[in-house]
Amino acid sequence: MKRNRNSSFFEKKLLIEALKSSFVKLDPRNQLKNPVMFVVFVGAIFSTFMLFTNFSGFNLQIVIWLWFTSLFANFAEAIAEGRGKAQADSLRKLKTSVMARKMNGTKEVLVAATELRKGDVVVCEANDIIPIDGEIIEGIATVDESAITGESAPVIRESGGDRSAVTGGTVVLSDRVLIQVTCDPGDSFIDRMIALVEGAKRQKTPNEIALTILLSGLTIIFVLATVTLYPFFSYSVSQSATKISLTLPILISLLVCLIPTTIGGLLSAIGISGMDRLLARNVIAKSGRAVEAAGDIDVLLLDKTGTITFGNRMATEIVAANGVAEHYLAEITQMSSLSDDTPEGRSIVTLVKDKYNLRGRDLSGFHIESVPFTAQTRMSGVDIREKDGKLLKSIRKGAADSIKNYVEAAGNVYPEEIEKAVYQIANEGSTPLVVTENEKVLGVIRLKDVVKGGIKERFAQLRKMGIKTVMVTGDNPLTAASIAAEAGVDDFIAEAKPEDKLELIRIEQADGKLVAMIGDGTNDAPALAQANVGVAMNTGTQAAREAGNMVDLDSNPTKLIEIVEIGKQLLMTRGALTTFSIANDVAKYFAIIPAVFAGLYGFGGVNGPLSKLNIMHLQSPESAVLSSIIFNALIIIALIPLALKGIAYRPSGATQILRRNILIYGVGGLIVPFVGIKVIDLIINLLHFV
Amino acid sequence: MNYFDYLQVFVYLLLLVALTPLIGNYMFKVFDNKPFKAKGIFSWLETSIYKTIGLKPDSQQNWKQYAFALLSFNLLGFLFVFVLQLIQKQLPLNPQQLGNVSWPLAFNTAASFMTNTNWQSYAGETTLSYFTQLIGLTVQNFVSAATGFGVALVLIRGIRNKLNSQLGNFYVDLTRSVIYILLPLSILFSVVLIGQGVIQNLNAYKTVTTIEKNQQVIPQGPAASQIAIKQLGTNGGGFFNTNSAHPYENPTPLSNFLEMLAILLLPASFVYCFGKMIGSVKQGWYIYMTMFILFTVGLVISVYSEYHFSSGVFEGKELRFGTINSLIWENATTAASNGSVNAMHSSLSPLSALVALFNMMLGEIIFGGVGAGLYGMLIFVILTVFIAGLMVGRTPEYLGKKIEAFEVKMAIMGVIAPSFIILVFTAIACMTDAGLSSLSSKGPHGFSEMLYAFTSAGANNGSAFAGLNANTNFYNLMIGIGILVGRFGVIIPVLAIAGSLSEKKLIPVSSGTFRTDNFTFVFLLIAVILIVGALTFFPALSLGPIVEHILMITGKTF
Repeated sequence: MKRNRNSSFFEKKLLIEALKSSFVKLDPRNQLKNPVMFVVFVGAIFSTFMLFTNFSGFNLQIVIWLWFTSLFANFAEAIAEGRGKAQADSLRKLKTSVMARKMNGTKEVLVAATELRKGDVVVCEANDIIPIDGEIIEGIATVDESAITGESAPVIRESGGDRSAVTGGTVVLSDRVLIQVTCDPGDSFIDRMIALVEGAKRQKTPNEIALTILLSGLTIIFVLATVTLYPFFSYSVSQSATKISLTLPILISLLVCLIPTTIGGLLSAIGISGMDRLLARNVIAKSGRAVEAAGDIDVLLLDKTGTITFGNRMATEIVAANGVAEHYLAEITQMSSLSDDTPEGRSIVTLVKDKYNLRGRDLSGFHIESVPFTAQTRMSGVDIREKDGKLLKSIRKGAADSIKNYVEAAGNVYPEEIEKAVYQIANEGSTPLVVTENEKVLGVIRLKDVVKGGIKERFAQLRKMGIKTVMVTGDNPLTAASIAAEAGVDDFIAEAKPEDKLELIRIEQADGKLVAMIGDGTNDAPALAQANVGVAMNTGTQAAREAGNMVDLDSNPTKLIEIVEIGKQLLMTRGALTTFSIANDVAKYFAIIPAVFAGLYGFGGVNGPLSKLNIMHLQSPESAVLSSIIFNALIIIALIPLALKGIAYRPSGATQILRRNILIYGVGGLIVPFVGIKVIDLIINLLHFV
Repeated sequence: MNYFDYLQVFVYLLLLVALTPLIGNYMFKVFDNKPFKAKGIFSWLETSIYKTIGLKPDSQQNWKQYAFALLSFNLLGFLFVFVLQLIQKQLPLNPQQLGNVSWPLAFNTAASFMTNTNWQSYAGETTLSYFTQLIGLTVQNFVSAATGFGVALVLIRGIRNKLNSQLGNFYVDLTRSVIYILLPLSILFSVVLIGQGVIQNLNAYKTVTTIEKNQQVIPQGPAASQIAIKQLGTNGGGFFNTNSAHPYENPTPLSNFLEMLAILLLPASFVYCFGKMIGSVKQGWYIYMTMFILFTVGLVISVYSEYHFSSGVFEGKELRFGTINSLIWENATTAASNGSVNAMHSSLSPLSALVALFNMMLGEIIFGGVGAGLYGMLIFVILTVFIAGLMVGRTPEYLGKKIEAFEVKMAIMGVIAPSFIILVFTAIACMTDAGLSSLSSKGPHGFSEMLYAFTSAGANNGSAFAGLNANTNFYNLMIGIGILVGRFGVIIPVLAIAGSLSEKKLIPVSSGTFRTDNFTFVFLLIAVILIVGALTFFPALSLGPIVEHILMITGKTF
């Protein structure tokens, strides 16, 4: 999908939309969803009514800031949703009314895409927009999926196999395919993506629910503490023979300051932005629950190909037989691969070019006949002939045992040192390719599965985070072990069948572990469904995309690691802001309690004994209360960017992460409001607000 | 403070820590039904009890069945003590011909002893017959402590169970607690106390002529047997009105020291037992350390306040043994939910009283009541793990169990129940003549009297501030209700948490797991306990002991 990646927090349009919906969200039904903010809402209504009976500039300011607190929390949620909405809008453009060429028996009928139903068959040719999600049942085509993935290179889609799914809104670039519709209108992939990013179907995740319960519990405790304050205060007033009063707006202010409004106001923004951050990395989570589970992952199931290695084996070395010059071997090797268009073949050409400085040779004077690889011969090569057809050279390369048969059939000796080299290369997890010239062995090429750069460090980080990595590969155990060791994964399954993945997931889950995997094929679907986090590649089959709880639009298997990190970051942000919010209360007590109790037991004086607790030296009781409530409201706004971006995350062990976050958000949460309230107190006194 | 004072504090803490693994290990063997040397001496009693009531010792209950057994057993105990008081005049062992107790007082006392609170609105020697004390109260002293063990054991089993709901059997836990732990230790301890001069008889009160030729009635009774369990079982209900300030309850410095030690002995050892039972002694010690730090800091504040701000003020303190013994006792008795006293807490300096109040307000989790201290602390552990655990980037878990919405809901209920009693009931007292007319002081100290009474009730401590006339219908009923809510409002959520944890998977530990066995966790746990406690009660405390303290240091009194 084409998204504006720079959609910053301050983008004007977004901001205006968010401002509008901050007011719309004052709807009591909406407020009820968040118990903490509901208390603020009710408090604001109460104090507004109090204004009619007991008007003062001070009370008016309290009322204003109470409403601001409510609005700021709404704004936080609105802006988080707004970012999703902007993305949804760009998706919606894909849904312009497309006409579909529906097959009616063998006849083609033109119908609107919205009239297609599951099971219908449509035909698409070059430059047609695929009207709706479906599965190719006949043909092969190149498809431009950039509208969804942002990737401009076209992809191949063909019937049968794991690349048969097509998405509505994408464009066929070449060829002709028959597509069977797999969903009804309104339920297509894009429809669901729109719903997801808009947050329309957003439900609270389990951890969010638990946190809401905790915050509501704390709110109940603070309601008890403030409500009982009134009788306690009345008793004390009656005992100290002073005439001071505790007004309802002040009590409400105290309550609003104490209840965890910071986290309460930002909680849903944090959740929405977690899914948003995934989206920014082109991953669509089908539920917030999946994002949360990502943070808990203990085991990552990674396909070797594409994740750990580049997917293609590459030539890294050539070994010459006795009596063969290495340079000559290089030359012959190069010739053997000149007409070999496979990635392996190209890598051989690259190797000799780089290592032996061999350019492509001018062979125009010869007749070159390439001998393609077949399953029977298990070798390939070239025959070089003179113009008259006389055979000059017959060059072959291939698997060791078939070359051995080939060489020995011609009555030549298969050298012992080559046998050894082959054995050693295979033993090290690489693939040996033996090169011959005129049925004589010249040497061996080492084809190696090359591990991606930096992947080992990535796995080391994961290990620190307590995540075990398991490599899944179809290779034999020997090859698998060698790559596993090189990449630094914790474990591997070799010669893996699709059922093995499912089995492994079951075993790990029985141990109480949470497993994440990425997959694309139909036979991956059961494992994707079983995994706690199953990421389906967008290139995969419809079945796989249905089974997983996330879809990676880039179809990049390394993404799994980022998904885990985003999950962790989401949970950390929630914990950090909760800690911050609760730690804030200490300072607010030291601001408000001395302010409202100052006159008690003062023996006529204004500054009674409890004014000693005014350690911030706030200038008056009114300014103390006002500063606290202003700080309380502004901190919500100040922390919106943090809630949307998530707190800084560096992969390391739990204890280090914890210590760092305690220091920043716990200790910081204790100190910041002392400074903030004092500063606000100075400002409002300077401006004579009280 | 002199060197002997320092030395005594040091020896007290040292002995407490030294005895912890010894007794704790013994408890572990008892509760996990492991063989130990002297088991044969008592096991016949255990098996014959099971035979009598027809119970299979390995039968299991789920949390609801356990809760039902616990509640019905406690209800029966309550009714028994309640009725006993109403008809004690017609029953034997009443040499003083003490009359029947009024129903509000009988309700208060029955609720109080059934819940291990042992708040006493009455004076033992002028209200209750020997029969009531022996058959009613002393029995409850044992079984209420055993109930505490039971609830904690269920929670431990819930933590270590894997996907099942078998949480043990209430009657088995009750029997084992009493037969192997409470009874032998109490017998041993009462013999030692008798050796020190604590009385144990069924005689009529003696009338003696004093040196000044006045007539004085000296109460008698089976004191030693009740005092041993009242100290060991964190009960605290004295045989005589002045509790352990009475020479017949606490005659010598040695008896005083041993009684102080007995207050914390079982709750402290049980934390070690917890570590053993969950298979990580280390986890146990870090919780122990949390409690120990909170206790020591409270003691230091209390001692500093007493010696620095009101030195030389001896009214109401334990003069025979010195002020320091009043302070250690005060801290121990309010930290553990014991409630026995050897000095009048009303006479402590305001900050000392603040520490006593705060110890209780935290929910009796600094060692706390027998069993109750541990499960109360584990509630805070759950809250801490939940808040801070998120900061490591995983959904929270404790000892391999995920902490989810249900656990959080129950834990927060367990925190709210006592807080509700303390704040709301004090507020009601503040607003009613019935509440205010019992006060003996004015100003902040009068407020402290009310606050202390309901704190003691809500936290199931049972100690009194002294001064407040609590034997009125208003206080008897309100405190009685407060006690019941404070006890079962915590026990039921804890059992529910155990039931929920029990059916969860055990998640293996990895380096990404939030660790609960290091100093960072101790720091966090203390922070959460103090902040939640302080935030809830700071306004109330500031109108009581805090303002009183500031008035005192500025030279103003009420």
